[in-house]
Amino acid sequence: MGKNQVSLEFDDELSIAEFRQRLTKHFPGLKKMPTFAIAVNEEYAEEGRLISPNDVVAIIPPVSGG
Amino acid sequence: MEDSINIKISADELILKDCYDFVQDDSCGGIAVFVGTVRNNTNDKNVYKLEFSAYEPMAVKEMTKIAMEALESFEIEKIAMHHAVGDLKIGAIPVIIAVASAHRDAAFKACQFAIDTLKKTVPIWKKEFFEDGEIWVNAHP
Repeated sequence: MGKNQVSLEFDDELSIAEFRQRLTKHFPGLKKMPTFAIAVNEEYAEEGRLISPNDVVAIIPPVSGG
Repeated sequence: MEDSINIKISADELILKDCYDFVQDDSCGGIAVFVGTVRNNTNDKNVYKLEFSAYEPMAVKEMTKIAMEALESFEIEKIAMHHAVGDLKIGAIPVIIAVASAHRDAAFKACQFAIDTLKKTVPIWKKEFFEDGEIWVNAHP
């Protein structure tokens, strides 16, 4: 995406899976990654988890530390 | 358990002795240490430096989880996990894992578990720099 932070507005409560779909629609470049995880409040989030107001959501591309 | 775990993400050079001194314990008969070093090639291409970035607060949490799991799963007394961020030249040290235990088998196993799991779960990313370009490792199919 070339940015550290983006703002998107959603009217309804979204699950991680729904958020993932909308995000990919906004940023088709994400499809170039083999996969990516989503973290909420600094923890890996399951696809069914609902995102609440004030949650901190982060996109985690495939990691390569070490 | 806090006294048994030392986690650090640092923009400064990692110091092997810091990890060693943290885990050294009179009740332990051995210390296993893994030191990652920057390699000058990947898939037959010359690499001249690596750049590491981290989602730091989450990386610290994930490293702490690994350390806690290692303490629960293996008969070890102490564990230190340090990771560097920023530009690293060939031969520099991106990661150090040190584990102390009463008997060596647990230290070897826990050390391998910790580095293998770190590579899978901790949100840290490595960019390789070649003469003709750069690439985020694992980010492309």
